[in-house]
Amino acid sequence: MTNIAARPLRHSEIIGLGVHRATHVVTNDEIVGPIDSSDQWIQERTGIKQRTWAPADVDVIDMAVDAGSKALAYAGIGADRLGTIIVSTISHPYQTPSAAVLVQDRLGAKNAGAFDISAACAGFPYGLGLANGLISAGESDYVLVIGVEKLSDWTDMSDRGTAFIFADGAGAFLMGPAQQPGIGPTVWGADGSEFDAIVMQPNMIELRNHFEQTGEFDFPKLRMQGQKVFKWAVGSMVDVCYRALAAAGLQPGDIQAFIPHQANNRITDAMVRGLKFPDSVVVARDIIMTGNTSAASIPLALDTLLRDGQVKSGDLALTVGFGAGLAYAAQVIRIP
Amino acid sequence: MTDQEILDTLRSIVNEIAGVAEADVQLDKSFVDDLDVDSLSMVEISMAAEEKFGVSIPDAELKNLKTVADVVNFVKANA
Repeated sequence: MTNIAARPLRHSEIIGLGVHRATHVVTNDEIVGPIDSSDQWIQERTGIKQRTWAPADVDVIDMAVDAGSKALAYAGIGADRLGTIIVSTISHPYQTPSAAVLVQDRLGAKNAGAFDISAACAGFPYGLGLANGLISAGESDYVLVIGVEKLSDWTDMSDRGTAFIFADGAGAFLMGPAQQPGIGPTVWGADGSEFDAIVMQPNMIELRNHFEQTGEFDFPKLRMQGQKVFKWAVGSMVDVCYRALAAAGLQPGDIQAFIPHQANNRITDAMVRGLKFPDSVVVARDIIMTGNTSAASIPLALDTLLRDGQVKSGDLALTVGFGAGLAYAAQVIRIP
Repeated sequence: MTDQEILDTLRSIVNEIAGVAEADVQLDKSFVDDLDVDSLSMVEISMAAEEKFGVSIPDAELKNLKTVADVVNFVKANA
């Protein structure tokens, strides 16, 4: 039999971080009118004091390119050296082509393959797992993973369950080959039987049919069964986190930071109670000032911890993403 | 489990999750109106109760558990 040549196996690490923070600050008081709520109610149930939205003339590609180019600059790697660009988003307004190809063009990453993944709030750790695989197997030397959302476009501001949650922004990690592992094994999974727990509806065909039948235009919006999602996240993600730590050969006290997807501060509280971290572990709370930016929330939260001096380069962090699908993913990372 | 044992365990759960003093968790108290426990904390309390008492509390049942006595009686009937 004739052998197929393969590239040597190796490790990967995160070498760059870049974020784009949406510029328009929206307070709770500005959005409570249509949902008959209050600043206090929103803060008690989510921790959110304000969220940041992108203005009308800034789209997901603008934010992704800004975050991605900062991640490249952080590492001093030119865009032409990228082998793959992975964008996780649920708010890119085209079914096809992907957001990633537009990012590839804008960055001038002429040697990169580019594609999107649809794993919603689990998307960033999903992307890191894919990037680790691509680099470890020798398929790509440098992989840019970007989480980007403009959820303000897809939020029903009269929905009492979601109007105050969602926000906009982008975050990117640049990953490259390494002598020692800079990222632990990814623990991931999905449960499509809970498809309707968080869903963007109507879909495009339903929208067309409804319009043809009634003349009414029903734009797709994110719908969420909040209590069901809360119960799932609180009940299941502690075990997922433990499995990700164990896969990396670590105990809760071995890491310096816990950076969960910024879904809801109450979910973070419950996970922290279950994980029994020592007080030395810093817990990301970026949702308070940023809102829930889905795929972008983990890199945005890491950026805040770095900026505030709560973590430093070389520290270990546990990340976990969870949301629509339902889908989840977790891994330990070494902070670039 | 006796009623008192169920109540004592429930007091500890409510204290840990919602920060309510154990002495305030009396049978006639309403979680929402008297103890200031909101809907998300009730979900967590029900999950902890399921684990500690070995019962299943369906989502539809949760809204019927308004007072401390409601939970004690539910556990007694279903454990």
